[in-house]
Amino acid sequence: MAITLEQTIAHKQNSRLTQILNSQTFWVLVAIIAACIFLSFATNAFATKANLFNITRNVTFVAIIALGMTLVIITGGIDLSVGSVLCLCSMVLAVVMHAGYGIEVGILASLGTAVIVGAFNGLLIAYLGFPPFVVTLGMLSIARSLAMVASNNTVVFEFGPDHDLLLSVGGGAWFFGIANPVLYMVVLALITGFVLRWTRFGRYVFAIGGNEHAATLTGVPVKQIKVAVYIISALSAGVAGIIQTGWLGAVTTNIGAGMELQVIAAAVIGGANLAGGIGTAFGALVGSALIEVIRNSLGLLGINAFWQGTFIGGAIILAVLFDRIRTFRRE
Amino acid sequence: MAVLELTNVSKHFGAIHAVSNVSFSLNAGEVVGLMGDNGAGKSTLVKMIAGNFRPSEGTLRMDGAELVMHKPVDARRHGIEIVHQDLALCNNLTAAANVFLGRELRKGVGPFSILDYASMYRRAGEIFKELKSETRPRDLVNKMSGGQRQAVAIARTMLSEAKIVLMDEPTAAISVRQVAEVLNLIRQLREKGIAVVLISHRMPDVFTVADRVIVMRRGRKVADKKIASSSPEEVTGLITGAIEQAA
Ligand SMILES: Nc1ncnc2c1ncn2[C@@H]1O[C@H](COP(=O)(O)OP(=O)(O)OP(=O)(O)O)[C@@H](O)[C@H]1O
Ligand SMILES: [Mg+2]
Repeated sequence: MAITLEQTIAHKQNSRLTQILNSQTFWVLVAIIAACIFLSFATNAFATKANLFNITRNVTFVAIIALGMTLVIITGGIDLSVGSVLCLCSMVLAVVMHAGYGIEVGILASLGTAVIVGAFNGLLIAYLGFPPFVVTLGMLSIARSLAMVASNNTVVFEFGPDHDLLLSVGGGAWFFGIANPVLYMVVLALITGFVLRWTRFGRYVFAIGGNEHAATLTGVPVKQIKVAVYIISALSAGVAGIIQTGWLGAVTTNIGAGMELQVIAAAVIGGANLAGGIGTAFGALVGSALIEVIRNSLGLLGINAFWQGTFIGGAIILAVLFDRIRTFRRE
Repeated sequence: MAVLELTNVSKHFGAIHAVSNVSFSLNAGEVVGLMGDNGAGKSTLVKMIAGNFRPSEGTLRMDGAELVMHKPVDARRHGIEIVHQDLALCNNLTAAANVFLGRELRKGVGPFSILDYASMYRRAGEIFKELKSETRPRDLVNKMSGGQRQAVAIARTMLSEAKIVLMDEPTAAISVRQVAEVLNLIRQLREKGIAVVLISHRMPDVFTVADRVIVMRRGRKVADKKIASSSPEEVTGLITGAIEQAA
């Protein structure tokens, strides 16, 4: 039977299954599950309630920021300032609440700071054509220094009248014993996933990363979208900062130091492509989970913590290696 | 009456005078071939009509009224569609997503509206069928052949009822059979009363399908003649500069 034009047009090249089998995120997820199964047999401490609670909660701070970072990476950009922005936002929250204001004011001030920082990054990158690497590298330095100025480089651990509320927001487990941060992470991931797949904004984020010039020619508001993406990235750092402050119960000026690298690693391991145009919210979570599982397991297996960097670095290279192999096979 | 009228339009990029003092008009149902050597200013000229650039000097009038456009969306609202020379495709998106780029179909209300994938796939499929192109709306553009990519770019011009379709080298990368399809499509557009500007380096394309030919050299218009009263030899002379200005 001859294949008609209509049939050809209606045909879909890849089935759902081959798409899944071709995705880096899927294989990283398989690796995580395999590691978890192995660890629950190899050690007694892994599959305990306390440890799992710990892992899921630790994943969240990196994962929440990785969601914002994934948007930035999809547009073909990078945000190196997130660790410092987390610190600055935590410190603003802490200082404002310490001064006697309520938690709402503290959170508003903190998120407002994030918006300003993100807008600054975004405007310089989108409208003045600065390379994202340079602008956010500068902000990495600026934000942490501002946090030191704001707190006079002290530790803040008294949060005024809403002290207990803040600690319970970050450290509690309000639903079915699931740590609050995990709930926030899941909600934010669902929102991010929805936005990427179902909204015009999400479509434009991908278009810019795929071919910025084409996006401009077809009338996509490239500059506005870029600014929005850097604001979202800073906001994700701010949100993570607020939650982490509640969880730790104290803020120092070195929280979030070096976190940008973990976050970028998580996004990349989860399948985001630094060249732009590719990435998912689910991937950001999966990448963050792999990093945490590696960290956790090294501890449980009694391997010296100095090896952590080697394993995480290896995971980054391995994850991208799979992607390279697939690309070579296609060519 | 002319659908579009350009009067003394110029475009400078710093010291580069890409287009200098060009005037012409487009009539409904007319196909105009726009020819010229590399760098003559053809793409720059059509990009001004498509709202990608604003003219440094001069005016555009549509149906007698002055046309000021700040972005491509403005041009599309006035019924001006363009196929860009580099096709302006995003490799990481599907064919349908590319066709609808910048004017996605959505369902729902206001801020809660979401992308209407089903309608976009269906409509893109219909257009590809009309173009007789074996292009699958759900496939990623990065795996497509040159002809399919071209079809995706051309399909954009068919999304809405256009008055003017600008084609910047739509036949540059495609097979003989597909060239014939594109030329056919241009004839169909003409029958619908649409004005078409066809930029091409291929003399035969212009001479089979166009009613008029405009030749540019170094940013200036050096000829604007009926095809019937010109010849490939004359046009070649005008493009290279062997003939200074059309008689
Ligand atoms: N965005 C820009 N910035 C600076 N100069 C430009 C820009 N776009 C075009 N030019 C210059 O304007 C001149 C005309 O370019 P244009 O692309 O319009 O030529 P063309 O006739 O389309 O050539 P081709 O046949 O190679 O496509 C060239 O000298 C080019 O370098
Ligand atoms: Mg050109």
